[in-house]
Amino acid sequence: MDAHAHHGPAKGLTRWLFTTNHKDIGTMYMWFSFAMFILGGAFAMIIRAELFQPGLQMVNPEFFNQMLTLHGLVMVFGAIMPAFVGLANYMIPMMIGAPDMALPRMNNWSFWILPFAFAMLVSTLFMEGGSPNFGWTFYAPLSTTYAPPSVTFFIFSIHIMGMSSIMGAINIIATVINMRAPGMTYMKMPMFVWTWLITAFLLVAVMPVLAGAVTMMLMDIHFGTSFFSAAGGGDPVLFQHVFWFFGHPEVYIVILPAFGVVSQIIPTFARKPLFGYDSMVYATASIAFLSFLVWAHHMFTVGMPIAGELFFMYATLLIAVPTGVKVFNWVTTMFRGSMTFETPMLFCIGFIILFTIGGFTGVMLAIAPADFQYHDSYFVVAHFHYVMVAGAVFSMTAAIYYWLPKWTGKMYDETLGKTQFWIAFIGFNLAFFPQHFLGLAGMPRRIPDYALQFTNFNMLSSIGAFIYGGAQVLLGFNVIRTIVAGKPVNDPKVWDGAQGLEWTLPTPAPYHTFTTPPEVK
Amino acid sequence: MYQKAMRLYRLALGPVLLLLSSIGSSAWAQGPTEWRHPNQVNMPVGVTEVSAQIHSIHMTVFWICVAIGVAVFSTMFYSILVHRKSRGYKPSHFHESTKLEIAWTIVPFIILIVMAVPATSTIIAIYDTEDADLDILVTGYQWKWKYEYIDPAGENISFFSSMSTTPEEIAGTAPKGENYLIEVDEPVVIPVNKKVRFLLTANDVIHAWWVPEFGIKKDAIPGFINEAWARPLKTGFYRGQCAELCGRDHGFMPVVVSVVEQEEYDSWLTAKKEEAAQIKELMAKHFTLPELVQQGQQIYNRVCVACHGPNGEGGIGNALAKSAIVTGALDETLDTVVHGVPGTAMQAFGGQLNDVELAAVTTYIRNSFGNNMGDMTQPVDVFNFKKGQ
Repeated sequence: MDAHAHHGPAKGLTRWLFTTNHKDIGTMYMWFSFAMFILGGAFAMIIRAELFQPGLQMVNPEFFNQMLTLHGLVMVFGAIMPAFVGLANYMIPMMIGAPDMALPRMNNWSFWILPFAFAMLVSTLFMEGGSPNFGWTFYAPLSTTYAPPSVTFFIFSIHIMGMSSIMGAINIIATVINMRAPGMTYMKMPMFVWTWLITAFLLVAVMPVLAGAVTMMLMDIHFGTSFFSAAGGGDPVLFQHVFWFFGHPEVYIVILPAFGVVSQIIPTFARKPLFGYDSMVYATASIAFLSFLVWAHHMFTVGMPIAGELFFMYATLLIAVPTGVKVFNWVTTMFRGSMTFETPMLFCIGFIILFTIGGFTGVMLAIAPADFQYHDSYFVVAHFHYVMVAGAVFSMTAAIYYWLPKWTGKMYDETLGKTQFWIAFIGFNLAFFPQHFLGLAGMPRRIPDYALQFTNFNMLSSIGAFIYGGAQVLLGFNVIRTIVAGKPVNDPKVWDGAQGLEWTLPTPAPYHTFTTPPEVK
Repeated sequence: MYQKAMRLYRLALGPVLLLLSSIGSSAWAQGPTEWRHPNQVNMPVGVTEVSAQIHSIHMTVFWICVAIGVAVFSTMFYSILVHRKSRGYKPSHFHESTKLEIAWTIVPFIILIVMAVPATSTIIAIYDTEDADLDILVTGYQWKWKYEYIDPAGENISFFSSMSTTPEEIAGTAPKGENYLIEVDEPVVIPVNKKVRFLLTANDVIHAWWVPEFGIKKDAIPGFINEAWARPLKTGFYRGQCAELCGRDHGFMPVVVSVVEQEEYDSWLTAKKEEAAQIKELMAKHFTLPELVQQGQQIYNRVCVACHGPNGEGGIGNALAKSAIVTGALDETLDTVVHGVPGTAMQAFGGQLNDVELAAVTTYIRNSFGNNMGDMTQPVDVFNFKKGQ
């Protein structure tokens, strides 16, 4: 312990600017993503406020489109992805018995370019012609020939985000492969490490594809090419193929680490080992593999040949099998355990229920003929918020509450945590469950105003969204309160059912993790 | 503690059951015509065989999901209620079972096959666009639809269909009508019980043509032609909206299809053809300046006013009053009206308005808002201008 004291963090601003410490970088990633989460949430509040009743009250359609574009981009690339990269940075060395990440200087770089990327993206709001207004999926030619001038800044910021993600992913791969403690074989790694290893490979595979898509846009806009313009011999649908070849694995990039978190937390509070560890690993790998073969299920209505429709329908349905295995394993882990329901566990149970509902609607959407009705309707909006928010965000929240005592050496307020869970759970369902009905009843997505028949459910949805937004303020408050005035914890295990190397470290975890590698039996 | 949890459990399950029953009953009790009503929670059975098939697959898959959900969640909630530390339950330590893993890999796989079979036959039906009785070319524009009836004799008729909801209704300064945002100035008319093939394309960005009660949603992509078809079995108005984000007024380009009896369709078509013949006649006519200005004003107030303002003062578009282009060479004004300004909101109106309308509106803007050019454009001038390009 004494040795650590001599190598404590530097003081002042330079500590954060020049740091190569995985905990400092993980912390910055998570605070940055929380800031982006609040910003993206603010955009969502504007959207839901406009949709509170029919007619245009608050914003014009042009600004509405900018809001929905920035909401999507900021949430996916700014909130969810960096949150899990931060968590990986903080936890993976502690979980595999390593002193730090394998490539600490690159780690610093991969974080510090992110704020610049988002500053540039958000600055487009103040540019002439406004910010990007073509949706986070930026389909050509709306995003090329018909885009506002700020699209060039958008392309540059996507490039930077992509570089950051690729560097983060390479770092994780290098760390997991090279820096595991003696005796920690691959099949002994915690599930969170496994899911992140697979996620990192997905990132390295698909972020360059996204970079390719935006580069082709750049060429079309400024250098006279016609990749996405039929008039010059190109094809607008090519854009969608390239985008979704990135976009579908991206969905699993977001959700696999969430699976990992849930697989860590449930055994702790069920006081019973994770059921079917091996099958969890194989299921994760299968999901990742299949994610490369299903991209065109986002494009059932573009007019693909029937063979394409059938192939992508069958392949997509197949993903339900490994995903089902995961859910069954979690439930069986709980079965005949000895459960308690602290805040992290509540969020995990909420995750299982809501993610499973999102999975069901996913199966429905995979049925190509039915997708002709669901596609681009609010049904899709409901579906992906059930998997993205109730999936990724719920599990990230669970992770924060679960490891916060280990990070800070202080306990969060349990009552406040549980209160936040119930507010978030009720608010979330109120916001997004009615959107299933809206979509089935014929309301298209991405519209600033709607026919009168959709009024009631939209009003409900807006109220739910405001409640859910409020719950996030509570989360921020609870975390800050813990850091400032939480009750100290000294027990290395914190939770009596917790397993894994991170719980063998003192609480709070020392600045440098395992300076001598632990022995794993 | 146990009882408290039990109460919570019931409390949580209550609304779910209520919802399920409401979805179930609405699917059975409603005829297709009352589908668009407040608080509708389900997709339409629709008025075509395909839309009914889609609805039936949708309900099958939905109920399978409900059954699986009930099984999984009740196991979970049973554990949550019974296997809890507060009741002194001691944890077991089992953590694998190859048999179970194989079972819950194979069973879902079989269920998926059960879902895939009807889905495959329906998609094959959707793709069978052969042997249509009528072809209609649907072109998406920012932000309206153009319908062109393809006539084997070459006498195509075509018209634009734009939303007829007024800006005042949207702004809330006038009461909103019953079909707020899902009404158009001219619906596309098709005969009942006939196989109608829609050929879909777009003029600018990607749009998507969606009529829920036909089970049709298909992208309209610039430079490509997609196909969809419907054989509606019931007359009536069927409403939908553009489904693909297509820019500022994406929310304001509804689709309205009017399905009528064959005789009614025939007489409508005849009237349309006569109208087209009249326009052809007008093309050759020489108009006076007041005639053109008067006609142009009507067109301006329908087409241009949203961007250029009632007095040509500008807004989203540039000001027309004292504009260099409008008070410049006549050909330059005409060029801008006909071809638009690429990359801006100024569209090419050459394909959207006929030559009489183009002549009138060009003359109107050059002789209003203080632009007293005194010159005029005749339909034949527009015709020659387009030909000379």
